[in-house]
Amino acid sequence: MLELKNIKKSFGKVEVLHGVDLEVRAGEVHALLGENGAGKSTLMKVLCGIIQASDGTIKINGEEQHFANYDEAIEAGIGIVFQEFSLIPYLSAFENMFLAREICNRFGLLDRRAMRKRAREILAQLDVELPLNAPVADLSVAEQQFVEIAKALSLEARILVLDEPTATLTPSEVEHLFKVLRELRRKGVAIVFISHHLEEIFEICDRITVLRDGEYVATCDVADVDNDRLVEMMVGRRIEHNFPPRRDLLPKADPVLEVEEIQLARGGPVSSFALRRGEVLGFAGLVGSGRTETALAMLGAHPAARCKMKMEGKEVRFREPADGLAAGIGLLPESRKEQGLITSFSIVRNISINNYAKYARNRFFIDLKKELYCTQEAMSQVSVKANSPFDRLDTLSGGNQQKVVVARWLNHDMKVLIFDEPTRGIDVGAKAEIYHLMRDLTARGCSIIMISSELPEILGMSDRVCVFRDGGIVATVDGSDITSEKIMTYATTGRKENAA
Amino acid sequence: MQPDTTATTPVKQTRRPKLQIGQMLRSPLVLPLAGLIVVSLLMGLASENFFSFDNIFNVLRQVSIVGILAVGMTFVILTGGIDLSVGAVMALSGTICAGLVVNMGMPGVVGLAGGVLVGIAFGMFNGAMVAWGRMPAIIVTLATMGIARGLGLIYSGGYPISGLPSWLSWFGIGRIGIVPVPVIFMVLIYACAWVLLQRTPFGRHVYSIGGNETAARLSGVKTQRIKLAIYTISGLTSSLAAIVLTGRLMSGQPNAGVGFELDAIAAVVLGGTSIAGGRGLILGTLIGAVLLGILNNGLNLMGINPYLQDVIKGLIILLAIYIGREWR
Repeated sequence: MLELKNIKKSFGKVEVLHGVDLEVRAGEVHALLGENGAGKSTLMKVLCGIIQASDGTIKINGEEQHFANYDEAIEAGIGIVFQEFSLIPYLSAFENMFLAREICNRFGLLDRRAMRKRAREILAQLDVELPLNAPVADLSVAEQQFVEIAKALSLEARILVLDEPTATLTPSEVEHLFKVLRELRRKGVAIVFISHHLEEIFEICDRITVLRDGEYVATCDVADVDNDRLVEMMVGRRIEHNFPPRRDLLPKADPVLEVEEIQLARGGPVSSFALRRGEVLGFAGLVGSGRTETALAMLGAHPAARCKMKMEGKEVRFREPADGLAAGIGLLPESRKEQGLITSFSIVRNISINNYAKYARNRFFIDLKKELYCTQEAMSQVSVKANSPFDRLDTLSGGNQQKVVVARWLNHDMKVLIFDEPTRGIDVGAKAEIYHLMRDLTARGCSIIMISSELPEILGMSDRVCVFRDGGIVATVDGSDITSEKIMTYATTGRKENAA
Repeated sequence: MQPDTTATTPVKQTRRPKLQIGQMLRSPLVLPLAGLIVVSLLMGLASENFFSFDNIFNVLRQVSIVGILAVGMTFVILTGGIDLSVGAVMALSGTICAGLVVNMGMPGVVGLAGGVLVGIAFGMFNGAMVAWGRMPAIIVTLATMGIARGLGLIYSGGYPISGLPSWLSWFGIGRIGIVPVPVIFMVLIYACAWVLLQRTPFGRHVYSIGGNETAARLSGVKTQRIKLAIYTISGLTSSLAAIVLTGRLMSGQPNAGVGFELDAIAAVVLGGTSIAGGRGLILGTLIGAVLLGILNNGLNLMGINPYLQDVIKGLIILLAIYIGREWR
């Protein structure tokens, strides 16, 4: 029914898909599996015409297709339900389903009755009932998802892509969704199902295609594989980066930060962990597993139901990141552009943003000379490459931008630094430099929490690893237990070993 | 892609770059200054009186009230906010000041202090609502604009309060040498604002909030406190403008300053400050305010119908913003 062959995609000079195949039959649920960044979402965007492949062919029912945009893909019978829904929250279910394709009567006015009738028909096919007139914001997440699916079906979609549909559903809602999917399968719809939850894949899917680092690994029948085999296929054997060697931690390094309990949402899991002096503690887990939220909640930048922690034995509570700075905890956020930097400002301004106490003259004024000197010193410590400290941030490469973020914290004697995705979107050389910097910092007695979605990075850098799943820590591993298989198994199933 | 080597940049003390022509042309002051020169020359051509000392000081004196209001407005707009209440707060502040002196028999100094306190209180209220109430600034200050205006009318019964001691007029029409006092007053306030914005951590934090509030907060800037402070500054400058206004009118006018918030915003934006925040200079605001004043003055000198003047001013502002908008 659907055939993708040898799909390649490059962004700039970086190739992210290296010739991926995917073949989906009518009336099957086909799982697309892979780690974060394996290329699943990119592949689906290519399929939907949102981005164009650099090479390769898309065939639907044997006919070659070229989608210049999303609309053309819809025209060809492809429907996609994104991870983040694209519904308008204040419009009702049927208004959303017919958005931009409203049925009008002969006066050019909305024919609400006809739209409602059609919407009801489609939902009846799915065997779903939901309030058609309420704004979709009032519906449950599962119901919103059904609206999305119904919207796709109202466009006569024969191929339906679901990107992590179960991530935010309760178990009973998942059951309902699966019932709907089975119904659709019976009707001959080809379904591509993206999920990180292996047990779900065993429950609903017929075949599986695994991607890894933008490469096609294999396609197989669900019946022929088990949990361990899938994890192995996802993780694979990979070329190890050259990470700077771990330092031997003092056996009894005292804890700098003890998080006794942290709970993100009421009723959610409660986690605890300790961070020892001079160690790199990795936070591993899938995207959305609560790693970043936990870090932000510690600093008071994200709501938390409960947060109790001790810093060097003293109880602390941070209301805003400024309190954290005063106590010696700093955060290097995951998205540099949105959360880390002021890209329209110069390097000086960006580095000195939280350093003014260092350059104060008469307590109140900025000593411009000292500011410039400290900035250049910090820049050279992390070897930022720029013509002058007055260059605007948006003229620098990603790696240099990240170094500027690091430089900002160097002038403080920080006890704890939280690196959130420290090497995202930067090139290999800059990555190595960031790793060296992190090692240097720990050598100076700073402790580091490193949140990362890149397993090699977690494996190569961490002294210990906390694995997150569904908003909490499911396991903490150290020493020789830090293996990709163990971490992925915890992250995808929450259990140590698949009950084999 | 060439991988970064570990070549380190030596710590060499580069000096702050000297202003070069190219850089000067990229300064946000260039366009406002060019506008000021062009408009002045046009006005000078159209009316021979324009470039006389008397007329220039006259223009600056007329500019002073909106000019002072625009100082607070600059702080607010630099953080990406807006303060619509400045005109009304100024009127209330002046009315209370006059009321304290005339109706309650307080000394003039107490009246002035009372007026300033009213301005500060309103500013703090605005700031608290925006920072901790997490409400949009445009709505908060729209509401307090109505509240301030209404309170002034209630307090005064809708009539001007006159009978102030004559020395108060010094603030409005006095002169030191040949320079009008309000002009000196305005220049002093701009100087303080310049120091605050360019030479203190506080000023840098103001810019950083406008540049990227999330980034500023996550790197440890106390964003809420800064916001409280900038709206308070805006309230303070409103009440300082009220002192000049009261001195000129020699009465507390509850109906004064209608629409002044718009002139103040226009001055800030004409001065090259980005309405989205993060970019702009206080000196630009001064230029913008003077530019507006020259337009008013020149169009008057040319004897143009006042209704038409508003249309012309509006068109010129549109044109200025169009030329100065950011290219993306």
